[in-house]
Amino acid sequence: MRFHGPSAGVLFLAPALSLILVFFALPVLAAFALSFTDFDIYAIGDAGTLRFIGLGNYQRLLADPLFWISLKNTAFFVFIGGPLSVALSLSAALLLHSRLTRWPNVFRTVFFLPVVTTLVAVAVVWRYLYQPEQGLLNRALSFFGVPPVDWLGDPAWAMPAIILMAVWKNFGFNMVIFLAGLQAIPERLYESARIDGANAHQQFWRVTLPMLAPTFLLVTVMTLIGYFQLFAEPYVMTQGGPANATLSVVLLMYQEGFRWWNIGYAASIAFVLFLIILAGTLLQLAISRGNGGAARPSARVSVRREEADA
Amino acid sequence: MSRISRLLLVASIVLLGGCRSEQTVVTELHFWAMGREGEMVQRLIPEFEAAHPDIRVRVQQIPWSAAHEKLLTAHVGETMPDVFQVGNTWLAEFVALDAVLRLDDWMSRPDAPPAGDFFAGILEGNRIGATLYGLPWYVDTRVLFYRKDLLARAGIVTPPRSWPEFVSAMRRAIATPESCQNGLLLPINEWQGPIVFGLQQGATFLRDGDRYGDFESPAFRRAFDFHGSLYAENLAPALGATQVSNVYQAFASGQFCFFLSGPWNIGEMGRRLPPAVQAHWDVMPLPAPEGSGWPGTSLAGGASLAIHRDSPNKEAAWALVSWLSRSDISLRFFELTGDLPPRIGAWEQGRLAERPRMAAFREQLERVRPVPRIPEWERIAYLVGRYTELAVRGALSRDAALAALDADVDRVLEKRRWLLEREAATR
Repeated sequence: MRFHGPSAGVLFLAPALSLILVFFALPVLAAFALSFTDFDIYAIGDAGTLRFIGLGNYQRLLADPLFWISLKNTAFFVFIGGPLSVALSLSAALLLHSRLTRWPNVFRTVFFLPVVTTLVAVAVVWRYLYQPEQGLLNRALSFFGVPPVDWLGDPAWAMPAIILMAVWKNFGFNMVIFLAGLQAIPERLYESARIDGANAHQQFWRVTLPMLAPTFLLVTVMTLIGYFQLFAEPYVMTQGGPANATLSVVLLMYQEGFRWWNIGYAASIAFVLFLIILAGTLLQLAISRGNGGAARPSARVSVRREEADA
Repeated sequence: MSRISRLLLVASIVLLGGCRSEQTVVTELHFWAMGREGEMVQRLIPEFEAAHPDIRVRVQQIPWSAAHEKLLTAHVGETMPDVFQVGNTWLAEFVALDAVLRLDDWMSRPDAPPAGDFFAGILEGNRIGATLYGLPWYVDTRVLFYRKDLLARAGIVTPPRSWPEFVSAMRRAIATPESCQNGLLLPINEWQGPIVFGLQQGATFLRDGDRYGDFESPAFRRAFDFHGSLYAENLAPALGATQVSNVYQAFASGQFCFFLSGPWNIGEMGRRLPPAVQAHWDVMPLPAPEGSGWPGTSLAGGASLAIHRDSPNKEAAWALVSWLSRSDISLRFFELTGDLPPRIGAWEQGRLAERPRMAAFREQLERVRPVPRIPEWERIAYLVGRYTELAVRGALSRDAALAALDADVDRVLEKRRWLLEREAATR
């Protein structure tokens, strides 16, 4: 008997697809439509007060100083915090991967602990650390004669303080991914490099990094996407203050949407952020493709050569 | 069992149930209350139910942080409770959603609490236009907490009654060693400071039927200048609210003499200040711009009880709301929570003003005014806080801050203007 109608594959996918459709695609489409209206508290009460305003929200957004402040803050967080976080993750992974490190499993667990800890709990503890008078950090600094820093109260220091905490909280995740990447590099590559007379530096730049390129791409793309969506850290620790120094794009979107109920305007912020992240990701992919064309084949060639030797 | 007999069984159960419920119709009333009030009011409910055997009250306690969103989503989902606690600044929003029952007719019934018994400013805060939408449940206002001992060391024994007296008291205290390091704790990003001073100067904050911002008016300008001068003269430290991690510790260690706050801190101070300080702090009504106007106007705040417009149980809801606003009940509620009763009768019946530190609240509550009652107010208040911070930090001049504030407020009120125009056009 022949089965007519949708194929078995479609049938099996149907539950997941319908969930995605109902809980993701439709809301996204609705939000996209809302971003062209002034949907607000009045419209919740009486849909008749809803006005279609075309690109009005987007125009207003581009003229909104708060949006530019939040974009600047978010960019600062992404471009300072992101590389810092990736560099720290890579260093930690290299240390753990090195044979000189004792008890690597213990350290791996310890470094990963902040990742699985609730952010709110972490933020509360870090608020104590950052406390200007009794905080541990300032006490430690005063030991070296550094005058107290008002970490979360001074507009100049609040974002660096948030970055420090976020990097500490998140680096363990990327570290584990890097570790996996490092462990996948065949030992024989290092062996042949050593035979060719490469020192540790050269081994790192010529073998480790090129072989880590796919991992690197994954980590940087994920970090970029994650860091652009900065929200919980400033939400819990500073509420975007002091003087908007830690106001991120997502926090602005949250405030507009769920504090002031300017849902239409908040939706337009969401789509602009989406476009920014999309552009950033595409740019990264393009760069890595440009680099990868030069870097990866050489590694592959050396593998092949080795295999041929064997 | 056949289908017919099953049907018969269901029908008979329904009929029997119908018969029984006709004898005592019990109305189930849903009541949403927030935070500690939601917890403590449950202790009063059994007494209400005993007096009203036909009503059962289901109290749903909602944390303050989620209350606003819960109420809004309940409104959208048409699952609003019959009675709900509503913060004063939210009332206008739920009226705009057409979710709140008008209480004017109910207030003219014989079982209604006499309107004249409520503090006038507090009741006014529940009116939008001329219509009453909420019945005050408990009141909140701002007064000055101060250190008697530290001020006495600077030779100040009578609380200041005017702005000049207030300023000179702070100057003397700061100049006196062994007194306070700062005069006043007033976080720079809180809107309450400039708004309270504005109320005292008679500022209305908005103009033309709340269509435009009016923060550049001379009245608010005077208030804003006074507020700014407190920081410029180092009478108040330029700190944000999140920078003061432990107010009680700072108050106990004499980091400041005065502290603008509300009734909840009476209990908190009692719990958190060290015993050695307990005898040395007190509360005073606000100084007025000029001594003759004492006490200076303060904010009319607090929470009210509102009835949902589409509630099928309006009679029962009214019974609960008017019962909770009774003087004797609000006194019991005060003992449970420390929330101040909104009725003058309750204050007299319970001799609250004779209790330590309560006289100041009694005097202050005679002089309270509500802020504008429009749905946009919370947003406007936030903007006031933001521009105040920018001005105090020196990022903007005071003129520029007020001009920018008015421009932002005008933009926030754009939809309101449009709605009012549309309403006028259809009339």
